[in-house]
Amino acid sequence: MIRLEKRPAPSRLWTATTPLLAVLLTMIAGGLMFAMLGKPPFEAIRTIFWDPLFGEFAYYFRPQLLVKAGPLILIAIGLSLGFRAGIWNIGAEGQYIIGALVGGGLGLAVYPSDSIFLFPLMVIAGALGGFLWAMIPALLRTAFRTNEILVSLLLVYVAENLMASMALGLLRNPDGAGFPGSRNFQDYPAAFNEELIAGAGVHWGVVAAIIAVIFAYILLQRHMLGFQIKLTGQSPRAAVFGGVSPNRLIIFCLGVSGTLAGLAGLFEVTGPAGQITTDFNQGYGFTAIIVAFLGRLHPVGILLAGLLMALTYIGGDAAQLNLGLPSAAIQAFQGMLLFFLLGVDVLSNFRIRIGKGEVA
Amino acid sequence: MKLKTILTGAALALGLAGAAVAGSHGKTKVGFVYVGPIGDGGWTYEHNRGRLAVEKAFGDKVETTYIENVPEGPDAERVMTQMALKGVDLIFTTSFGYMDATINVAKKFPKVKFEHATGYKRADNVGTYSARFYEGRAVQGLIAGRMTKTNTIGYIASFPIPEVIRGINSSYLHAKKVNPNVDFKVVWVYTWFDPAKEADAAKVLIEQGADVILQHTDSTAPLAVAAATDNVIGFGQASDMAEYANGPRVSSIIDNWGPYYVARTKAVMDGTWKSDDTWDGIGAGMVKIGEMTDRIPADVQAEAKALEAKIASGEYKPFTGPINKQDGSVWLAAGETADDGTLAGMNFYVEGLKGDIPK
Repeated sequence: MIRLEKRPAPSRLWTATTPLLAVLLTMIAGGLMFAMLGKPPFEAIRTIFWDPLFGEFAYYFRPQLLVKAGPLILIAIGLSLGFRAGIWNIGAEGQYIIGALVGGGLGLAVYPSDSIFLFPLMVIAGALGGFLWAMIPALLRTAFRTNEILVSLLLVYVAENLMASMALGLLRNPDGAGFPGSRNFQDYPAAFNEELIAGAGVHWGVVAAIIAVIFAYILLQRHMLGFQIKLTGQSPRAAVFGGVSPNRLIIFCLGVSGTLAGLAGLFEVTGPAGQITTDFNQGYGFTAIIVAFLGRLHPVGILLAGLLMALTYIGGDAAQLNLGLPSAAIQAFQGMLLFFLLGVDVLSNFRIRIGKGEVA
Repeated sequence: MKLKTILTGAALALGLAGAAVAGSHGKTKVGFVYVGPIGDGGWTYEHNRGRLAVEKAFGDKVETTYIENVPEGPDAERVMTQMALKGVDLIFTTSFGYMDATINVAKKFPKVKFEHATGYKRADNVGTYSARFYEGRAVQGLIAGRMTKTNTIGYIASFPIPEVIRGINSSYLHAKKVNPNVDFKVVWVYTWFDPAKEADAAKVLIEQGADVILQHTDSTAPLAVAAATDNVIGFGQASDMAEYANGPRVSSIIDNWGPYYVARTKAVMDGTWKSDDTWDGIGAGMVKIGEMTDRIPADVQAEAKALEAKIASGEYKPFTGPINKQDGSVWLAAGETADDGTLAGMNFYVEGLKGDIPK
């Protein structure tokens, strides 16, 4: 008979080793799936996990990891603060879009400009756009006690339609022969979020993500506000008695996550994506929710989780290309990874007892 | 930092050069970048059939690869780079949104040839191609105009871009020609592929009295909605959608990329490939009209086939004057035909269509 027994405190050993165990389990289960599809399992797993980092073309893929992981980490850091306090911003995708629209729109409005202040102003506008979009669920929650999960989620669809309208109307490239999509920022140097080191993949969005990780770490470890966030998450009533204002915390958490999502959108649209199009958003705002939980809502964990997610995307493409694996198999593989990562978490919080227990 | 910059740059240059050499001997490698899954039953499905046609035509002289579900933007650029690094000689990028990414990657790999579908930016190693779907729309419009009993035709439109507007205008003109009382209702869904949204649009149109549904979206959802009624008919879009042939699907417009893909691959093998802009229609076989079912009366079938034949031979062009614009101003005088430039950038409705194109 196997029983689970709750540990008094999460095991530090298991917390550190479960991610590795999960990756191992994914490799075994994924390898079986690939074998059943008639593809060589070891080669597939090597292609996904090893080749992008150390393979023949690693010099190209390593920077791409940063490009892919940057926005995921930036958004996930913001979300994790709220998630710790039980404030659920599910609409980061919408804030990401609005950040791109407001910041990018500012740049396009003054086209062509060569002011060196333009890009910093666009960054501020993008942050503000994401912040204000997140304030809608925040204020509705504090004033009318609406559910921020629903409001923030539904605002994603509003934002998507707003973006489609912008890409086809107001922000459409006047030189684009009637096709949808804005001007490409790569042809607009003052507004372009260029790679800081050529070929290294590091653009301002990646820098911002690293800064966000550091700040979140300090906030949670050293700052009163971080303590209040953690306390509210564990026991909202105790937090109120401890002098925490729930409304201020809601505004803070949604505000920060909206701001960071808006920044991510702005850096993406002016950099790697280059253009506001009818489907500029690729689900980073939703994937970041997974990244946040994968990283156990811990800033350093999120950093690693973002890089791991990016690796499975890039390696997954390589596996499609080299081995002809269908993209559905890659998605199933990613799903397995998440499943095992969250599943083995039980080992951190519970002890497995084999045999008869003393207490039923 | 400085040293690292130089090293990274050098490594990149070496790698790119190496990759270009690797691709220049042995089998010809052809890569395809797809925006949807190959099982979408529409747009991507047909491009993948084109890929299979290349394999069939050249056997072991070619090696084809593809990546499906590639989002437009930085992911597309990475996937194309990945292909080029692997030594692929010819890359077909099969969505309009891949345009800038294709141009960017093509700059880095001057020896690799690129073919971008439905775009307008070209370079020495980037050609573009598209199909004159509006020719198929003309045949479809004629059938729709003849078949409707309510005189109301519903149109599920994706994005207000020239290609879609051309389709609406072409089908309307030819429906109107055979049925002066016909009325078009257009719903914009702002997606190429979203079964739920497409189904909703079809329901709304049917509630408003439409008994023929035309679609410029890729899923079979509108046909599934029509199948639940007795009187509503529809058409396969991009692909034949023959699974609905016993139900509402009376015909279809099929994108037939195979011959073009085979020809371009051959050109790369022979070293005769040159960047150009191809825009072929029914005549060249790039657009096909799917088999008409018995729900279409024999005389209408004959009329539709005659129109198809006249378009194929070049005897008739779907946009032939007199045609006025929606505001009543003259667009084409009697006998005048539209030039490709105007067609490529078409952003207006023809006279008789109601409503505005969303801006």
